[in-house]
Amino acid sequence: MNFVVELLITISLVVSGIFGLVGSYGLVKLKDSLQRLHAPTKATTLGVGGVLVASMIYFFAKTGHLSIHELLISVFLLLTAPITANFIAKTYIARNLKRSDLPDSQSTCGWSIYDEPPESRPGS
Amino acid sequence: MLKRLIPHPFLSLTLVFVWLALVNKFTLGNLLLGLLFGIVIPMLTAPYWPDRPKIRRPLKGFEYVLIVLWDIVIANVQVAAIILFKREENIRSQWIVVPLDVKSAEAITVLAGTITMTPGTVSATLSADARSILVHCLHTDDPDAVRDEIKNRYERRLKEIFQ
Repeated sequence: MNFVVELLITISLVVSGIFGLVGSYGLVKLKDSLQRLHAPTKATTLGVGGVLVASMIYFFAKTGHLSIHELLISVFLLLTAPITANFIAKTYIARNLKRSDLPDSQSTCGWSIYDEPPESRPGS
Repeated sequence: MLKRLIPHPFLSLTLVFVWLALVNKFTLGNLLLGLLFGIVIPMLTAPYWPDRPKIRRPLKGFEYVLIVLWDIVIANVQVAAIILFKREENIRSQWIVVPLDVKSAEAITVLAGTITMTPGTVSATLSADARSILVHCLHTDDPDAVRDEIKNRYERRLKEIFQ
């Protein structure tokens, strides 16, 4: 394996390590659950992404085949991270906030956590 | 007949691709097994997909994915900067209400996911009639600008793709 490849792998590993660390530090530093939610949904995406890029370069240099597993992992990660974040945010609102803590929804119904949907199904 | 056998051609195609990527080796046997999954899984899950989203411009969708990927990188750097360099009491988090123009459930789902993955915002909940979305912003001095950016950068493109 030549020097350039090793350098690329090292850079992506170091970058991913830094972002992973910052994301975890954010969990400690920020003050409430909703703020903390921002740290793992964003900073760690690049953290995991960096490791995957490093892995792809390594196996491409070693075996000559392009490994697609890493692409799949990042796709699944990008698809699932927002959903988890959304669940956590909703649970937090339902447990800790009152209707009056949230801004007005600017539509005919209130937020779905407190209000029933109208008769006709929305979005259909 | 073909429509009954493959109710969601795009879903079937995705499943075949995901299967081939999972086994990480292209052989005829794997392709056949992937095709089998691509036909059986959409049939079994058909009741959960009452209607298929209409995608008008697939190329625009590709452009959208690239924009979002780039924004995710930016988002990572921005959030990292806020975490590292802002003092805790200076971080002003705000709720932002974004009225929605997109109507289809699929478009709203994609938009909510995009908001969560991009700079400093997490989508929290929808209004009960799905006409506006509640967004939590980690730090901003100008909530209106954030709202306008979401509407112009993402929602306008999604409207072009899905309607």
